[in-house]
Amino acid sequence: MATVDLKDVRKVYAGGVEAVKGVSIAIPDKSLCVLVGPSGCGKSTLLRMIAGLETISAGSCAIDGKVVNAVGPTERDIAMVFQNYALYPHMKVYDNMAYGLRNRGTPKDEVDKRVRSTAKTLELEHLLERRPRELSGGQRQRVAMGRAIVRNPKVFLFDEPLSNLDAKLRGQMRVEIKNLQRNLGVTSVYVTHDQLEAMTLADVLVVMNAGLVEQLGAPLDIYEKPASTFVASFIGAPPMNLLPLRSGQLEGAVTLPAVPTNAATLGFRPEDCEVRTEANGVASDGALRLMAKVEGVEPVGAESFLYCQVPGGRIVVRVPGRTDVTPGDQLPVFARREKLHFFGSDGKRV
Amino acid sequence: MAEPKPLPPASGHDKLMIGQSKAGVYMAHAILILGILIVAFPIYYTFVASTHSLQTILRPPLPLLPGPEFFNNYSEALFGGVGRIGGVSVATLLINTTIVAFGIAIGKIIISILSAYAIVFFRFPGRMFFFWLIFITLMLPVEVRILPTYKVMVDLGLIDTYTGLIVPLIASATATLLFRQFFLTIPGELVEAARVDGAGPWRFFKDILLPLSRTNIAALFVILFIYGWTQYLWPLLVTNRNDMNTIVIALRKMISFADADTEWHLVMVTSMLAIVPPILVVVFMQRWFVRGLVETEK
Repeated sequence: MATVDLKDVRKVYAGGVEAVKGVSIAIPDKSLCVLVGPSGCGKSTLLRMIAGLETISAGSCAIDGKVVNAVGPTERDIAMVFQNYALYPHMKVYDNMAYGLRNRGTPKDEVDKRVRSTAKTLELEHLLERRPRELSGGQRQRVAMGRAIVRNPKVFLFDEPLSNLDAKLRGQMRVEIKNLQRNLGVTSVYVTHDQLEAMTLADVLVVMNAGLVEQLGAPLDIYEKPASTFVASFIGAPPMNLLPLRSGQLEGAVTLPAVPTNAATLGFRPEDCEVRTEANGVASDGALRLMAKVEGVEPVGAESFLYCQVPGGRIVVRVPGRTDVTPGDQLPVFARREKLHFFGSDGKRV
Repeated sequence: MAEPKPLPPASGHDKLMIGQSKAGVYMAHAILILGILIVAFPIYYTFVASTHSLQTILRPPLPLLPGPEFFNNYSEALFGGVGRIGGVSVATLLINTTIVAFGIAIGKIIISILSAYAIVFFRFPGRMFFFWLIFITLMLPVEVRILPTYKVMVDLGLIDTYTGLIVPLIASATATLLFRQFFLTIPGELVEAARVDGAGPWRFFKDILLPLSRTNIAALFVILFIYGWTQYLWPLLVTNRNDMNTIVIALRKMISFADADTEWHLVMVTSMLAIVPPILVVVFMQRWFVRGLVETEK
């Protein structure tokens, strides 16, 4: 139905603070784009600029091919789901959903038809006569979604919509949002600081840091080939292990594969390393081997995380199932060559 | 947002606190009842006096029980006209005062809610300047600006008019400040949600801000109505004609320094009638308050 094109978008606040420093993203029609990053990285500001709630200092934002820099939020034909839902507290659920339609002069019977069919999709029919304070957090979340869907907008904007829910409900709603978005086929922009949400929801994942795009791509591509140490430590939980290299050498490494000349940091994911000495059929010359001292063990059930000390710093090793390793043990850690990542002194991948 | 909280237990017995004895409860009630008696007795005595003839009142001691003149006195005052205030009936005074009190209360609420709306939700040059300007007027009581205000009213020919009685008292820094504080607690996301939903400034005010302010408006209305009802200095200055007096002014005029001149039974009736409307407003609005408090949540 609509594409969203951001071209070198900047936001400078009145005090001179530059929150967004030139971001260009092209979001294809019907896809879900997730903006992820730590707090203060400018992701929410960017979303609010797409919504028209913040002015765009420089660059252009186009929805469906039309530049909307000077267009107000009402005329942009977008719908937004807010972090605290922002339901109108004095209105019944029905009126909350109908309000936007009524303001646009939709005929009464059309409003009724659309509210009821949306309520049916979201299983809100029995709640239509309630007020927001009589609803649970999950139900409020649904109403906020309903308020967005009922208008049938060109673009959905989500501003950390799940962060006020408990973990179980968050998981459920995540699946539901993904399904809804796919079924409705509405282009969406979703802001979150939760990398798990970002990975599972995104068609296009945008990792932001300090007002700039660090990396943009399909979630698994970003996971497998992080463009910088920032992305490597932000995407994936627990984050990627990063160890400093000194003139191509890793302190405490038993064996180290050939290191690219300008690499300053070596990285490998906790799930990409194993506890063993022998190569067992793997070309041992291309592998990383080092000795680690266990400091803590975290059994999660399906897997266990070993928090270890190595000469160059601290690493986390994931082992499947249970483990009988105890703190204080010395362990050989092994990682294959193709699972190693190298980053230059500027943090960029080499 | 918090989940709905369960109501506190309603039954009286549950309210007994730990270590509270039966005797303590009786004691507390005795003190409260004594307090009520002290406060209520003068009002009761006024009522008693309003049901006796002038002769009975002037011949001490005044009886402690209501007399037989209730209907005579009240109908004389309400519909007959009182000599010392130029034969104007108390009904006229009540109408005047009601118009003035409503005018002041509603006018103040409209002006202050609109100025608070402007100050909180709009970015315009000099916003803080205007806010402080309003804030500073808090420090100037009516009495300070009474002479210039009087001059303006005379020049505009507004002496002895409702406009003259109401308009100079309408601007209210206190109410503006109260609404401002309330508006500041409304989450920004709610404002933004309304913008995305296509509500312009006027719609937002009418559909969202006004319903959410119901409780505040009700509370302010009670306070401001009583403020308007009990105004003394300004109505005294700005009214000359007896039929434009408010009830408080008329009451003062009815009392002469020579006892024989004063129709005490009518003074008592007027006093009784003067406190009825504020009581009605408080009783009626109180129910509104509670409903507002129970229903709204930000």
